[in-house]
Amino acid sequence: MSCISVLGLSKTYFITNKKPGLRGAISNFIRKEVIPVKAVDDISFEINPGEIVGFIGPNGAGKTTTLKMLCGLIHPSSGELRVSGYRPQLRKPAFLNQITLVMGQKQQLIWDLPPLDSFRVNAAVYGIPEAEASRRITELSSMLDLNDELTRPVRKLSLGQRMKAELLASLLHRPKVLFLDEPSLGLDVNAQARVREFLIEYNRIYKATILLTSHYMGDITSLCKRVLVIDKGKLFHDGSLDQLTNRFSPFRSVKIKFSEVYPRSLFTKLGTVEHHDQSILKLKIKRTQLSSSLSYLLQNFDIIDLEIKDPPIEQLIRDLFNNNR
Amino acid sequence: MIYKFFNITGLLCLFFKVSLSSQLEYKLNILVDVLASILNFIGSIFILSLFFTNGSNLGGWSWAETLIVLGIYNLLESFTISILQPNLTQIVRHVQQGTLDFVLLKPIDSQLWVSFRSISLWGLPSLLCGIILVSYGFYQSDYHFALTTICAFILLLSCSVVILYSLWFLLATTSIWFVKVWNATEVLKSLLMAGKYPIHAYPATLRLIFTYLIPIAFLTTIPAEAVLNRISVEMIVFTLCFTILFFCISRAFWIFALRFYTSASS
Repeated sequence: MSCISVLGLSKTYFITNKKPGLRGAISNFIRKEVIPVKAVDDISFEINPGEIVGFIGPNGAGKTTTLKMLCGLIHPSSGELRVSGYRPQLRKPAFLNQITLVMGQKQQLIWDLPPLDSFRVNAAVYGIPEAEASRRITELSSMLDLNDELTRPVRKLSLGQRMKAELLASLLHRPKVLFLDEPSLGLDVNAQARVREFLIEYNRIYKATILLTSHYMGDITSLCKRVLVIDKGKLFHDGSLDQLTNRFSPFRSVKIKFSEVYPRSLFTKLGTVEHHDQSILKLKIKRTQLSSSLSYLLQNFDIIDLEIKDPPIEQLIRDLFNNNR
Repeated sequence: MIYKFFNITGLLCLFFKVSLSSQLEYKLNILVDVLASILNFIGSIFILSLFFTNGSNLGGWSWAETLIVLGIYNLLESFTISILQPNLTQIVRHVQQGTLDFVLLKPIDSQLWVSFRSISLWGLPSLLCGIILVSYGFYQSDYHFALTTICAFILLLSCSVVILYSLWFLLATTSIWFVKVWNATEVLKSLLMAGKYPIHAYPATLRLIFTYLIPIAFLTTIPAEAVLNRISVEMIVFTLCFTILFFCISRAFWIFALRFYTSASS
């Protein structure tokens, strides 16, 4: 049975359109011009227990709205939703005990107190007995590499430390379903890596299902075998990252080092020459012609080194969203 | 049921402990607040005394009796300062910053959380003033101490606390649509100041408004009448029903409003 199932989900917001300046402010005050905006438009997908799925798309694509509907924070305009068998918008305690939402740009920790105090409040709210709570705090803090930070006021912590403490606070009740909205926002490379490792470990130990959004492709490539790509409220890819590259990037980059120098004209019929400098050649070859081109090269030239690469995923995503505009 | 009650009480104690320790991080505020409360207290007694300089009465209430009304007003003010103000300003902030998300995702009643998450110590001076005034007024008026009086007073004072809470909470809830409603609470606070004096001191039309529209009569005058043993059983029952109704309305309004919560965008 799938852990998350979404069928024909849509959400329409009504936003007010306000012209700039005082005149705009006055006319807006007298009569608001309300326009409907489809933030999420008829999307459907299923996620199995224990899966880590990346949710990608440009700003304003509808990722956060979808996450919030899955948590039960926003009522969907239409469509069917099930998370762990519950209808999220009812926000039943049994449902809330199984999920968590971590937001990179919002925090729940009490600003003036050490994280431990916030943990204690959360433990009490989720009805975790004190001994059990401290056991979990010890376990999670060692997984997250948190020590002295736990007894320092939150306002004195660095962004990375704070995010780790946020994660601990949100996972104290051992949720089975994690919704992460840009958990690595603003973190440095080391902190990002630490958060990723932690998520992989948490997923392995507790068999938790994770749905995360991120603008850092590193998060997606290292965590998610499967991605959902959404733009302008519509889902237009659901599958592995490889499938995404195959589908939207029909080319491969080939870098070759020859033992001697050949003229450029010999290679132009194979694909687009991106770079040719003495004995080094970079070619962009169509996927479908890759094997024939390679065997031609290997048969006719003296090759020292050969490297085949997918175009960088960032590039691919950027092209994808630009073409879609 | 009993288990749940103890659970909630334990949780509230923890909330208060945490919020007090959070306030102790800023130690300097205390003195100013205590001073302000004392000055405010002296000021209101002075103004009240002006009405009685010629030995007259205020809508049929003697000096000592009016002091009881003022004392109850102070008790309610201490509740406002310690609980209502710190928590309900927080609702506005929650809506503004979208952190209401975290509250709504906790497996606990969201109204309970937003209403009692913090407590402020600054209500203590008002609490003290209130107790002194009510005791002094009672001592000065020629009424006799009886257990039933005390019970009726505690019951009706609890009712007025619940009504006051519901009023504030209704107003704070509208922030889900209007986001910034802080000015509206200032208006409410000014209106509630009418509760410093017995309701009978006002003209008939105002009296009607202050009883049914903005239930100020229930806040101070009726509990004061209980102290003075002037209240009928019917009135107590009526007040009780009114309180329950008012609380239910505020709760229903909160649940209704949450349907419209769209959460601040990221």
